[in-house]
Order: sequence, then C-alpha cells, then structure tokens
Amino acid sequence: MNTKADQVIYMDNNATTRIAPEVIDAMMPYLTEYYGNPSSMHNFGGQVGREVAKAREKVANLLGAEPEEITFTSCGTESDSTAVLSALQAFPKKRHIVTTRVEHPAIKTLCDNLDKLTGHRHRVTRLKVASDGTLDLDEYQAALEDDTAIVSIMWANNETGVIFPIEEMAAIAKKRGILFHTDAVQAVGKIPINLNNLDVDFLSLSGHKLHSPKGVGVLYVRRGTAFVPFLAGGHQERGRRGGTENVASIIGLGKACELAAEKMKEENSKVRALRDKLENGLLSTVPSSMLNGHKTDRLPNTANISFEFVEGEAILLHLNRYNICASSGSACTSGSLEPSHVLRAMGVPFTAAHGSIRFSLSVYNTEDEVDFVLEKIPSIIASLREMSPFWNG
Amino acid sequence: MWEYTELVQEHFLNPRNVGEIENPSGMGDVGSLACGDALKLTLKVDENERIVDAKFKTFGCASAIASSSALTEMVKGLHIDEAAKITNQDIADFLGGLPKEKMHCSVMGREALEAAIADYRGTVLPMAEGEIVCECFGVTDLEIIRAIKESNLRSVEEITNFTKAGGGCGKCEEKLRDILKATGGDAFEIKAIEKKSEKMTTLQKIKKIEEVLEREIKPGLRKDGGDIELIDVDGDFVKVSLRGACTSCSKSETTLKQYVEKKLRELVLDTLIVEDANS
Repeated sequence: MNTKADQVIYMDNNATTRIAPEVIDAMMPYLTEYYGNPSSMHNFGGQVGREVAKAREKVANLLGAEPEEITFTSCGTESDSTAVLSALQAFPKKRHIVTTRVEHPAIKTLCDNLDKLTGHRHRVTRLKVASDGTLDLDEYQAALEDDTAIVSIMWANNETGVIFPIEEMAAIAKKRGILFHTDAVQAVGKIPINLNNLDVDFLSLSGHKLHSPKGVGVLYVRRGTAFVPFLAGGHQERGRRGGTENVASIIGLGKACELAAEKMKEENSKVRALRDKLENGLLSTVPSSMLNGHKTDRLPNTANISFEFVEGEAILLHLNRYNICASSGSACTSGSLEPSHVLRAMGVPFTAAHGSIRFSLSVYNTEDEVDFVLEKIPSIIASLREMSPFWNG
Repeated sequence: MWEYTELVQEHFLNPRNVGEIENPSGMGDVGSLACGDALKLTLKVDENERIVDAKFKTFGCASAIASSSALTEMVKGLHIDEAAKITNQDIADFLGGLPKEKMHCSVMGREALEAAIADYRGTVLPMAEGEIVCECFGVTDLEIIRAIKESNLRSVEEITNFTKAGGGCGKCEEKLRDILKATGGDAFEIKAIEKKSEKMTTLQKIKKIEEVLEREIKPGLRKDGGDIELIDVDGDFVKVSLRGACTSCSKSETTLKQYVEKKLRELVLDTLIVEDANS
C-alpha cells in the first residue's frame, strides 16, 4: 500500500524535497555516535558544537552573510514569526506593517492575528498584485508610512514561483528607516542570493525546501539589527533562540547549503530546461490551458498551469494513479471551500482557478519523467472535460 | 489527502452514466463554476413514471463526480416517487461514506435529483424562494434549515460541511448561528452564542470595566503602592494609565497584560485588549 520514493515522479518540490543522500551521510554520525550537547564543557559535546559552527558558516556562504548573522530555528514559520514580532517589540510605537496579498500562510495568518498576539492595535497594508502576480513598486513606496515597523515580502511566491524585486524594495525601506524582512523559503537554493550587497534585515529559510530534513530553519538577522527573541530560554544561538539545537538537522542543512551552491548552475540550466519543456508542452497540447504568473520573473523550477473547466483535485487524483505528485490551488484540495488566495489576488477567473496545477521540479527530475507527464495529462484533462457541464469543446 | 473509500475512488475513476440525455423527461442543473462544483442531471422517465435512464455531467472534485455517478446508478429503474425519497445520506451510504468536509457533494446530488423531478412534474422547488444567507455560495435559509433538520446538524461547521454556507468570507457566521438556534439544532452551541451575542453598549462596557477595576484590580495594586486609572475605551481597546509605584515598576507591562487584561477579559468581555495610555 505504501508508495515508495523510487516509484514516484515527484514534481511537488515547493511542498517539500527529497533529502540529498550526501545530507543523510553528513547527519548520520550525529544521530548515532556523537550525541553530545553542543553547549557542554566536555570535548564529547564540544566537538559537536564545532560542527554546528561549520554548518553555520556553510549557510552564511550560500546567503552571502556572516556566520553570526545566522540563527537556527525549527522551521520557516518560526523564522517568519520571530522576525515580525521582534520588529514590533523593538519599536513598540510603530504600529504599521506592509506585506502583500499573496504571502504564505506563515505571514498571512500572523498578520491577521497581530492584535491578538501582541495586545496592541496594528494596521496592515497588503499590497495588490497584477494579473501576472507581480507587485507595483509605486504602490509599495506609497504604502510606507512614518510608523511602519517592518515590511515583510516573500522573495518568491510558493504557488506561482513569481520573484519579487527584493533588492529594490529593501533599499527603499532602508531609506525610510524601516526594517525589511523577506520570506525566502522558496528562493534559497533556487536563485543566487547575496545579502552582503542588500538592505535586507531579516530573511527566513526552511531546510526541507532545499533537500535537508524537516524541522530546521534559519533566520538571518543583519548585524546591528535590534532583535527580541521569540523563544526565551538558554543561551543557545547567542541568546537569540533558546532550546537545545537540532544538531543533526542543522549539520544536514549546512551540507544542503553547500550542495545548493554547487548546483545553482544546474538548477538554472537543467531544471529550468525541464520546467520549460513541461510547461510549453502542456500549454501547446492542452487546449484552454494557461500559465499563472509572470513568464520570466519566476523561479526556474515552478510551473503553475490552469486547465479551464475542470477541477484540480480530480486532476491530482488521476495523476496519483500514475504516481505523479503535484499540487493544486483548487478549493477542494485545501479543506477550505475557496480556491487559492494567491490566484484570487491575481484575478485568475474561477473557470481557471479551480483547475490550477502546480508542478515544482528539482535537480532529481529527469527528462523521461517530463515526457511521461506530458504523455498522460492531455487525456486526463480530456476525460474530465468530457464530463464537465461547462465544456463545449 | 482525503480519505476516500474504495467505492468513491472506483466511481471517480470509472464513472457510470456520464453524458446528457437528449430531450430528457426532466433535467436538474445545480451548482456553478464559481462555487467549484456543478452537476447537470438528465432523466428519461417512461409512461409508467419509471426512470429508465439517467445521465450526469459534473464539474468538481472526486467526491462530486463519485456522488453523481452513484446517484445515477441509484435512480435507474426506480419509480419517480421512490426516487424522490432518496436523501443525501443515502448517496453517501451507497459510496460507503464521504469525508465530513465533502458531505456537500452528496447534498448537491440530492438537489439535482429534486430539481430534475420537479422539472419532470412541472412544479417549482421551494428552495428557489428562500432568502440568500451565504452570498459566497448562494445558499438560502430554506436550504440551510432543511439540512439542519434532515442531517441533525449541531454546529456552524457542520452546516458548512453539508451546504458550503459560511465556507467563503465567513461573514454570515452569525446568521448561521441564529438559524441554528431557531431551528433547535443548537443544543450544544448555546453557550457559545450567549457569550458572543452579549452585546454591550459602550456606556455599559465602561461602567462594567470601572466596576471591575474598583473591585478587583485597584485593591491589589494599592497594596504595592500603585494605582490604575481608566483613560478611554475604544471598541475592544481599553486605555489605562498606571499610577504611583506602578509607573516606575519594571513589571508594569506584565501587570497590564497578565493581570489587568486577564481579569477584564474574564469578567467583562473576552475580546478586550488593554493598552498603556502613556506608551
């Protein structure tokens, strides 16, 4: 009954990724023999602490940051909450936040609940997006106010892969003396990032989106930025995040960052070529299909395609029969009754929003897999359309 | 991932009776693209009022397609009066059950069947006359009341699972509670309603807050040489100012939140937020 990894065609890498074999190898000793606590005085623990330090350097290298700017957390969501709540506590008189309508729930739900969480009243400006999912810089600039505490804008959207101009937006915020946070969970490892040259104050990343395990994340905090911890406790992470370190996963994440730096070229050549082949193939062979999101300002691995007049969950379950893994912005898959907030913010019509499928690739995908998906999808869509009361093909 | 029964999966992957009968004796067309599911049911009824053929076209998820397929199988061969007795639960049972969040798929099946039978008989369905409660999904009060009674619904969440009402923007939640209460399906919900519908005027609120400050909070603070004054009440926001020893106390923020706010929420209104008027 269980579906094994070698049986599936995995095109859902924006949801989670396969742990790289090299990452597993790097982690194993710290799940078996070297179980010491990195904070301990004895060498048995201390040697583990040195490995955590090396992992920190590797993460910093991938981001173009300093090791001391890297704080390990439990996940992207924790990093997001830490950054935003830290800014609000550091500047308690500033009660305004700027974000977008297409953020991941980690930021969206946080902003919905700020008053309850902080006990103070806040104003949240949620920037609109155009039909191709892009932001308007003029609207952004006009949204900034004197009491804006922090801007939180994702680097790349998880559903469409659309990349936002973080460099420019961070610079604009800096000029106004406003902190800038970016949820870069989908961007890290897929596109080059060099924080050295940027005005980003906080950046969140998640280990399991770049071939390391679930349960480890990072918050980058620019040196000199006022910071209030989210988890109070011991002196771990230089007092920035209490709690004994998730040692093996941190070491795994270090290895994954090293690999990501090595494979960045492959991601942007091989993976992009596979994605383009899949995307162009689907758009040309399936009538009434369309791309969601900007054609070029986009992650190299993501293709979000709508098949009009059919419903996403039905498509996914047909794909599941062939062990093809993807995801959908349809209402029926999410447990809510409305389709994806991202597609609705883009104004994607209902005829298309319910039938959107996101394919997200990785370096582990092959051309044979893309060919197989291209072979199966047209007939799946045709059979569902045949029973759709709205299809007059 | 939804836990669908083998039967649901089987009917989804191999749906029976897909299509549209030409010149049908009765047709039911329910749902819409915007709502995410829709079903067009066509029936052929013979001179003895027996359903000799049924076909469907469905836009929707796996359980919507499986429910439609099941429905057509169930009605074929039935006398029209027998078919009229089929409930949404019968459709769900035929498939070995549906996930609770997907019960509305079976409701859609029954609605299409009723519409098709009404079309055949030339009658008008009472549903069309109800008043829209949920604007996102166009659900009327009559539909909601019927679902509450038929399926013995006990909460707003269950109403949403069966009718989709309240599953969009959520603005009709209060109305749904009222309907639930009026229909008598609120036996388990009544407590929540009382707390929520406790609508005080601003004056009543201020009075009550002052009372609690006087009686419950000030005596404790005064023991430590401190005091508190109510400055303003704006909606849920209660602005206060700490006096005496409290002003220089490093714990004053904690006092406001952990003590004053907690007490006010407990004794006045659980949505209140206490703020220091000086910060």
